[in-house]
Amino acid sequence: MAAPIAVHLEFGGGAELLFNGVKEHQVTLPGQSEPWDMKQLLVWIQQNLLKERPELFVQGQSVRPGILVLINDADWELMGELGYQLQDRDNVVFISTLHGG
Amino acid sequence: MSREVLLLKAQLKERDEEIAALKHKLAQLEKNHNSVQELYDRVTPLTPLTAKTALSNEDIMRYSRQLLVPQLAVQGQLNLSKTSVLVVGCGGLGCPLALYLAAAGIGRLGLLDYDEVELNNLHRQVLHGEENQGQAKALSAAQALKRLNSTVECIPYHLQLSPQNALQLIQQYDIVADCSDNVPTRYLVNDACVLSGKPLVSASALRLEGQLTVYNYHGGPCYRCLYPVPPPPETVTNCSDGGVLGVVPGIMGCVQALEVLKIASGQRTSCSQKLLMFDAQDAKFRSIKLRPKKADCAVCGEEPSVTQLVDYETFCGSAASDKCRRLNLLSRDQRITVQEYKSILDKAEPHLLLDVRPLVEVDICRLPFSLNIPLSCLEERKLEDVQLLKRRIDQLRQGRSGDFQPPVYVICKLGNDSQKAVQVMEKMSGSEVDAVTVKDICGGLMAWAKTIDSTFPQY
Ligand SMILES: [Zn+2]
Repeated sequence: MAAPIAVHLEFGGGAELLFNGVKEHQVTLPGQSEPWDMKQLLVWIQQNLLKERPELFVQGQSVRPGILVLINDADWELMGELGYQLQDRDNVVFISTLHGG
Repeated sequence: MSREVLLLKAQLKERDEEIAALKHKLAQLEKNHNSVQELYDRVTPLTPLTAKTALSNEDIMRYSRQLLVPQLAVQGQLNLSKTSVLVVGCGGLGCPLALYLAAAGIGRLGLLDYDEVELNNLHRQVLHGEENQGQAKALSAAQALKRLNSTVECIPYHLQLSPQNALQLIQQYDIVADCSDNVPTRYLVNDACVLSGKPLVSASALRLEGQLTVYNYHGGPCYRCLYPVPPPPETVTNCSDGGVLGVVPGIMGCVQALEVLKIASGQRTSCSQKLLMFDAQDAKFRSIKLRPKKADCAVCGEEPSVTQLVDYETFCGSAASDKCRRLNLLSRDQRITVQEYKSILDKAEPHLLLDVRPLVEVDICRLPFSLNIPLSCLEERKLEDVQLLKRRIDQLRQGRSGDFQPPVYVICKLGNDSQKAVQVMEKMSGSEVDAVTVKDICGGLMAWAKTIDSTFPQY
């Protein structure tokens, strides 16, 4: 049984508008038998933070195209993407790409 | 005697020098005055930039403060003078970018924009002035830059970058700065840079945030490595919808100029395989390490599937401009024109006008008799809003027969959200609220301002 972990979530580039305009969320993921990974975190966000219009945030099991995910200030591609196992006090950022000029 | 001769000779020499200086100044002024900028409406071959071997005295005087910076120095300045930069978009990013590149003494600036200057550009597109309204942005920018530094060659292109002209254009420049305002153009510029081997310094801004990355530089990733699939069009917000504080693209355009200058002068950029994010609300810059170039990238990978430019509007499902899309969700009988609504008002027919814009827009202007419930609140069925709606509909029904369905006209800025709201209202009608007849007002408040009431503000 893995202990609950605290994770700091940030949303930016407009992605925060799906979360009542709140950019930073300090959340606690409950203890479970397996360690938390990014795939489970996305499901948890959808069930607990994102109340409506999930299609603007997720697509299939991953985030929708145009949202960049950063784990501890690095592109999640460098960290194993959906398979990354979350650690206590990790910082996860979801940033929507801007196109305006 | 000989002393007097010497004195006179010295005086003569002084006067001669003075005359030479005046002639030079006059020639300079005449040159600037006569060189009325030519506006290019298509891509033509340019003569290659010739490299200077040394700085002139005037160069030394003009650039002295940056020549003293060891990281630039004389060689860096000479490098700038032989570098050409294509600026894609002369808007909120392109204006400050081009301003600092011209001031720093870049050799040649290609200034591309298909648009004309409008009053609502001036808060962020700082090269243009009030007198430039209606003028091609590329030309207006070139004229402003010439005033600042007449030694920089400016080539204004009044055209839309397209798969047909992009390669021919980009091949002629050393560095490309993406200052565009839409998704298809960003993919087009990226692919053209990859196919012609040019570094791409790309920035963007919206509301109170900015982002910057250098693509396709010394083996680093390209835009497609990061974003292989374009975002769904409905998730993309442009500046005319979302708004932007002028200084935010100003800051991002300046950082963009900095990275261009570093590459052009022979230093390395700090922003390859990095995403620089700026949050103006918290005055916070953050630099993120990005993935490396992807072996399976469609354009820069090992077996690219994109080997020539494609149709980017089809690829992205949106138009290559930041103009708003026009939705068509309803049938003709579910919509009325602003003229029809005007006659409903004139005849004082009882109805409810429902304005579904967000509060920040209602604060700018509104029709005084409208009821404001933002689309998002309507979609959420916010309790207090549903109750308010119920009360207003009840009032309209009072003293009328039981089968009377009060008309509800829905309005927004341009007539997109109002159509969505009609669809929501139709679901609510007869269940969550009493049955109503719902229609949207085509073209919204901006159509109202254009054709019915010219005193109504446009934004
Ligand atoms: Zn690539």
